[in-house]
Amino acid sequence: MQQPNKLSPFFENLNFEREDNTMVINFGPQHPSAHGQLRLVLELDGEQVVKAYPDIGYLHRGIEKMAENMTYNEFLPTTDRLDYIASTSNNYAYALAVEKLLGIEAPRRAQVIRTMLLELNRIISHLFFIATHALDVGAMSVFLYAFREREFAMDLMEDYCGARLTHSAVRIGGVPLDIPSDWMVNMRAFCDKIDHEVEHTYEALLTENRIWKMRLENVGVLSPEDALSWGCTGPMLRGSGIAYDIRKEEPYELYPELDFDIPVSKTNCSYGRYRLYMEEMRQSTRILRQLITKYDGTDPQLMAHAPQYISAPKEEIMTQNYALMQHFVLVTQGMRPPKGEVYVPTESPKGELGFYIKSEGEPYAYRLKCRAPSFYHTGLLQEILVGTYIADVVTIIGTTNIVFGEVDR
Amino acid sequence: MAQHQVNYASTGGLPIALSTADHLINWGRSNSLWPLTYGLACCAIEMMASGDSRYDFDRFGTIFRASPRQADVMILAGTLSKKHAEFARRLYDQMTEPKWVISMGSCANTGGMFNTYATVQGVDRIIPVDIYLPGCAPRPETLQYAMMMLQTKIRRESANMNKNTKQNLRLI
Amino acid sequence: MRKYTPKDNVQAKSYYTDRYYVAPRVPTQDVQADEIFAQQLETLKVKVEVKSAYIQLGQMIVEINSKDNYTALEILKNECDYAMCTELSAVDYLAKDGNFEVFYQMLNLKERKRMRLVCRVQPKEALESTVPLFKSANFAEREMFDMFGIVSNNHPFMKRILMPDDWEGHPLLKTYPLIGDEFASWYEVDKIFGKDAREAIGPENRDQAKIERYDTKRFSRVGHEVPFGADISEGEPETPIEYSETLLVNYNKGTKQLDRRK
Repeated sequence: MQQPNKLSPFFENLNFEREDNTMVINFGPQHPSAHGQLRLVLELDGEQVVKAYPDIGYLHRGIEKMAENMTYNEFLPTTDRLDYIASTSNNYAYALAVEKLLGIEAPRRAQVIRTMLLELNRIISHLFFIATHALDVGAMSVFLYAFREREFAMDLMEDYCGARLTHSAVRIGGVPLDIPSDWMVNMRAFCDKIDHEVEHTYEALLTENRIWKMRLENVGVLSPEDALSWGCTGPMLRGSGIAYDIRKEEPYELYPELDFDIPVSKTNCSYGRYRLYMEEMRQSTRILRQLITKYDGTDPQLMAHAPQYISAPKEEIMTQNYALMQHFVLVTQGMRPPKGEVYVPTESPKGELGFYIKSEGEPYAYRLKCRAPSFYHTGLLQEILVGTYIADVVTIIGTTNIVFGEVDR
Repeated sequence: MAQHQVNYASTGGLPIALSTADHLINWGRSNSLWPLTYGLACCAIEMMASGDSRYDFDRFGTIFRASPRQADVMILAGTLSKKHAEFARRLYDQMTEPKWVISMGSCANTGGMFNTYATVQGVDRIIPVDIYLPGCAPRPETLQYAMMMLQTKIRRESANMNKNTKQNLRLI
Repeated sequence: MRKYTPKDNVQAKSYYTDRYYVAPRVPTQDVQADEIFAQQLETLKVKVEVKSAYIQLGQMIVEINSKDNYTALEILKNECDYAMCTELSAVDYLAKDGNFEVFYQMLNLKERKRMRLVCRVQPKEALESTVPLFKSANFAEREMFDMFGIVSNNHPFMKRILMPDDWEGHPLLKTYPLIGDEFASWYEVDKIFGKDAREAIGPENRDQAKIERYDTKRFSRVGHEVPFGADISEGEPETPIEYSETLLVNYNKGTKQLDRRK
């Protein structure tokens, strides 16, 4: 390997076979439309991409290694930083994996709250997607409008858990807090607002927009076979005509009781995926409205009753000696799940987010692997970008909706 | 061109302010801080949020630039990994003087919760930092406050940056 | 007596374990309990030697020999409808068994079934790459190589993916400490400034609770601020405790400020 020095660091000289008249350009890792720290090395023939090499790892923080050195409850806030646009879906995926391992189930009210938070996070994530995607393609005003509504969703999250971005709103075995008063009223108003804005702002601005259609239609075409082979999930898979949504096919939480549709796009292109995202937001508000009615009349218990693994409610800890002792042991030593391994898939806004946990009966996970959808969508870039024009590269990166927290972990 | 001539000195409306060059230059510098969009991780989302419609950052004269050559503040928003460190230093070197750095978020300040092999334990190991902004992730209001603190700092400084360099860590 | 710390596993350990504590196991079922899984296992058994197979938490886990991984995945893809390889990684068992466990997490979209193909790999052994079958293995196998050093033969681009190319060591090994080794701790300094700058910059502060009394550059003097980088080892100046007070004093002192409206 070439020895790097100050004058010619070797990251500049990636070896490509240079034929004819191709040009190698470097895209990122600090590029506003790289959605984080994606570094793409593109070999161009004129304006056409001949070879693309996505270089990732610029946000590698060793989260999987941290999981091996942290007790199960300690690790939960770290999962926030995976997909930081929809934190609760990470918390939930992790909590669900540990719950499966422990063999416990959250009480009914916690399930309602969790499902609500998941759908709210889906809306936040999709709003962020449309904002950044439109900004990348050149529609600046959509960014401002979408962020306006996203702030309302953030307000709701903040009312619930106190944080805007890194929520940690789900615990292993339930949720820490009950819904505050007036929250449901605000939520209902928010659902109406989103439905209105999706139809009258984003879709009105974009769907029939000539420039938007020219930039997105037939760009980033992904055949169903390729989508399966590259491990694409979520909107990328459904954008290629395969109706597989884990909420529907392998239901978890309250999803079997809920009535919602899975939108599918048969066009395989970016424009179809954009339509799909818009439709998913409508479905999310539909789910949220159903959940508001399901909340009423549930038992006020928020955490599962499993004294071996989960601390008792605060009142019991403060009044009962045994609960206090148990709490002390659980906080200082951590819970010890049974030996075994578990892989639990959930449908995060980006796709299939799964946690593989290998437990050896210790308070520390022996191995934790986070199956992040964006990681596989980034891998797809090396194939889907070849043959496209340089202007479409940004569109395709935008449509894959990758987040680098979970790509690099 | 001129429809009528105005002689300010004779008419008495004297729009002249007396000040030192330091104050004048710093006034200009501090009120049009153009940050580099250097979003690294979660904090980048809050940085974007502070530029959006609710927390309108433009009213501070703060307009995000994508190129380091047009920017004079680097907001390092997020975790700096060891793989990325050299790029951060290179972007810092590419910025024109005078330049300032805001380290946004606990990860950028000290490594934060990521006390691991892959994370730089504080960006001040790589580049000199002016404002440390704590929080995980800091809210947009906090970033605005940090920007205001930086303005206060710039107004206190000498306009001749050579005088200020002693405080800073300049290795190259 | 000095506490014994094993060298082959430097990850965090529980400080206390009841010596009579026996960890329970997650219940497992026989493969025959599920019709579809049993059928798929029979298909697999025709060409591949299956070492063990069981169902745990609704997913079938099949252990095979590491040399059969490509054949097994080919059968699963073509004959059992496992169209997607959703996850692929390894678990380090070097300390315990002297090998790695590599797992392939498969998804069958038609039957909505998930299974895990598991094989044990010796430390210097190379696996056959599965990129011709599943392109998703492209990045995943590179990550496995990066994190564990398990090489895949016939992979189109077998290089590090998450760590820099010139990194030393494989971070997810149990022998690799969480905060990294000597090389990791100086990596960015060596790369940017050169090794000579190590002294000027100083070692990383990995102790999160560390408070250095005379350090005026970091956060150890909250409430007793002194100017940036001031030398206070000879004696400290009187500093007002109230933070806002300091700020207020400074702000009011600057009477010559241009933007003061009053």
